[in-house]
Amino acid sequence: MIESLGPQEWTAIMLSLRVALVATLAALPVAIWVAYILARKTFPGRQFLNGLVHLPLVLPPVVTGYLLLVLFGQQGAIGGPLYDIFGISFAFRWTGAALAAAIMAFPLMVRAIRLGFEAVDPGLEDAAATLGASRWRVMFTVTLPLVLPGILAGGILGFAKALGEFGATITFVAAIPGQTQTIPTAIYGLLQVPGEEPAVLGLVVVSVVLAMGALLVSEWLARRMARKVGRV
Amino acid sequence: MAGTADGAQSGARMIEVDIRKRLGAFHLQAQFEAPAGVTAIFGPSGSGKTSIVNAVAGLSHPDSGRVAVNDVVLFDSDAGINLPPQKRRIGYVFQDARLFPHMTVLRNLRYGGQHDEAQVIDVLGLSDLLDRTPAGLSGGERQRVALGRALMCHPQLLLMDEPLAALDTARKAEILPYIERLRDTVRIPILYVSHDISEIARLATTLVVLDNGKVVVNGPVGQVLSHPDAVPLVGVRAAGAVITTRVVGRLLDDGLTELAFSGGRLLLPGNFGVVGQNVRLRIPAQDVILALEAPEGLSALNVLPVEITQINQGRGPGVAIGLKAGNDHLLARVTRRSALRMELSVGQKLFAIIKATAVGPEDIGS
Repeated sequence: MIESLGPQEWTAIMLSLRVALVATLAALPVAIWVAYILARKTFPGRQFLNGLVHLPLVLPPVVTGYLLLVLFGQQGAIGGPLYDIFGISFAFRWTGAALAAAIMAFPLMVRAIRLGFEAVDPGLEDAAATLGASRWRVMFTVTLPLVLPGILAGGILGFAKALGEFGATITFVAAIPGQTQTIPTAIYGLLQVPGEEPAVLGLVVVSVVLAMGALLVSEWLARRMARKVGRV
Repeated sequence: MAGTADGAQSGARMIEVDIRKRLGAFHLQAQFEAPAGVTAIFGPSGSGKTSIVNAVAGLSHPDSGRVAVNDVVLFDSDAGINLPPQKRRIGYVFQDARLFPHMTVLRNLRYGGQHDEAQVIDVLGLSDLLDRTPAGLSGGERQRVALGRALMCHPQLLLMDEPLAALDTARKAEILPYIERLRDTVRIPILYVSHDISEIARLATTLVVLDNGKVVVNGPVGQVLSHPDAVPLVGVRAAGAVITTRVVGRLLDDGLTELAFSGGRLLLPGNFGVVGQNVRLRIPAQDVILALEAPEGLSALNVLPVEITQINQGRGPGVAIGLKAGNDHLLARVTRRSALRMELSVGQKLFAIIKATAVGPEDIGS
């Protein structure tokens, strides 16, 4: 099976891993913060923020990709200034693929982490405060350690989603081999060419293995965490 | 600042609470002052007990009022003072312990500080638990750890919100002596929320009775519980006097202990410690029988001469009779029919036949 994968397929696999990893790591802190305020704070516009976060989940991915193109393209409202001032460009580059993957994975991450925050008894935070702990100390010694299983679950879910992202990615940054061609866009490209079935099969197997691996790792981590906080 | 000088001189008012808070239809309006020792807040569910301790801890904010502990103002709506919980130095033992599940017992204990660590671990009997995690502890052990954790942050006041309510009788009996030892050894005032009058009789020095968000009675526990007015508030079964007696002798053959107080001597079955030790007795109103003449040929051992100080007609068939025995107050509950037939009146001298239950030791001076 492995021998059916040519250099172009291997490039796509390595690029996919890089894109998914960068997308997950970059989105995670923001997702934790958004999940926290959605779970704990009441403020005007909370429902709006909630809707905005979930938009990529319900919008057709091609629409999300188009909006990214409009906003983050080199002439875009955000992409333009970013390029002019910092020289950062997303259009048709792997960073763009990572941005698209991050946006698409974000709602899933927020949902999982938010559940984690909601599962933490605020009474424990009150108890920590009466013991003299500042807000930041409570956050880092009580809340976040207890949310860790949710953060890991969200991270792995986001990683899997980022690996498989197709619609927004191909719309925003196309599928340029070695630049923006990830596993799903490579499979799609190969399917357009007769006689490439072995390569397609190889990439499909790699996809299944990666997804399965992510799931197993998340299960294992979750169980380890549960044991640590004594919920088994 | 007049309060500072006054408080330093008398040293009596350690806790001052005067708060108002509206929660929907419920209106909390509580004002009381408490001296050192254990101050119990008693009242039915929903009477605002937890709201008061949460306001003292800073976990909730009253609409207006003032909270001060040892003359340090923690909350004052007029002056715009509202210290956050972490600045109040108030230990809080919650009903559900609230131990951090991801930390060992030792890390839980040290979370707020390491004040008197060796002594706290010793007094609360925690040395065998230090490496365990909260999930592996029994309910009583959890409460002991929670208590230790609160003490090790060196609080100026300890709040205990029904710390024993979630425990069965055996676990309660396991932890009560620790709280007693605490009351008698550590010089921190304790606010103790409870709806169990026997717990209060055993632990408290001062009693604040709360009903529907308002303080109804407030004073030394013996006075409040033996006051006829308190009967409808604390309940017919719970009403009764709490007196401090001293062990004066032991009748080993009979298994009895002789105890003395200002109103006379009592013989009780059981062993209450050595001669000279102080013992707290709770005398439920329904266990006191009145007789116009000193009875003879009776199986009860304890007959005391008393004088009627107050007669309170309740709405039910019972009448609460306040009694004076020496300098102590007792409370009897008889039927209206008996009260009429015996022609009881204030100032009348008669005899009380008592079945007392010892509720626990009390050190001298506490």
